Amino acid sequence: MSANPHSKQDALGALNAIPAAERAPTFNEPWEAQAFAITLALHRRGVFTWDEWAAMLGREIKDAQARGDPDTGTTYYHHWLAAIERVVREKGITDEQTLLRYREAWDKAADRTPHGQPIELTPEDMV
Amino acid sequence: MSHDDDDHDHDHGSHLTEVQLRVRALETILTEKGYVDPAVLDQIVEHFETRVGPHVGARVVARAWVDPAFKASLLEDATRAINESGAFETIGDHLIAVENTPQQHNMVVCTLCSCYPWDVLGLPPVWYKSAPYRSRVVMDPRSVLADFGVTVPADTRLRVWDSTAETRYMVLPQRPAGTEGWSEEQLAELVTRDSMIGTGVAAQPGAARK
Repeated sequence: MSANPHSKQDALGALNAIPAAERAPTFNEPWEAQAFAITLALHRRGVFTWDEWAAMLGREIKDAQARGDPDTGTTYYHHWLAAIERVVREKGITDEQTLLRYREAWDKAADRTPHGQPIELTPEDMV
Repeated sequence: MSHDDDDHDHDHGSHLTEVQLRVRALETILTEKGYVDPAVLDQIVEHFETRVGPHVGARVVARAWVDPAFKASLLEDATRAINESGAFETIGDHLIAVENTPQQHNMVVCTLCSCYPWDVLGLPPVWYKSAPYRSRVVMDPRSVLADFGVTVPADTRLRVWDSTAETRYMVLPQRPAGTEGWSEEQLAELVTRDSMIGTGVAAQPGAARK
């Protein structure tokens, strides 16, 4: 993945490099599926409308392009994740500090979990 | 593809990548606050991985090919036609079907992000979400078709439909010649995902679906 700035020529060329298989896996990695499902669940609860979501995701994609993301579709769920994090912050459901604290807790949980075993969060990880 | 395989050099513990940590953090917080239920998340993923997909749209197209009344109501209001037929699972609002004819070939895009008719086509392919497709199909649809190996007659009009969060399109491709008397099941086999996005046409009889 190069981070070349977008020229029209790059954009025209890039389409040929994108795999066009009729039957690709729905999600490439489990975290993509989780991020997707979280978003649908929040929408079902009425936390946001699809218009709001499309605008938010569109904004993330534009921002990423401006930072040099080639936006060939393979980084799509990175934008998706950034968008849903932004939504929960802007809706006041949580804040950046809490998100960071839980990330660190999960990192700790991973560190103490023997390789190959399921990683689970315990209260000790939160301290 | 995977960037998450960098856990091999850890002797004892496990390792989660940055994105894995972020998703787990989000899910834990939302679960604790009662916004999401992990069991429901699993159901959602399962639904999209196994139940919805282009095979649903293919059955809708095949029905439209054999049943003129269904086709007419599909083109009038696709959501209502599909839901009232009783032959398919209930789908969400605002699905619009656009018909390919010798005079007009339709293509679907979401220039903003990746709005897509999930209920009938599953989740979009990678190229549908890419900047090159989103921008090029608007500027130069004929060359995009050429990239997909599709040529439409020079006098066929190309029309590009831009999806939104509330309005999603599917293409009703032309029925291939030489399929007179075929059953709906046989016909559905000819309907590719790309033919319902408009970057392809239905497979010819005898040609195996990709």
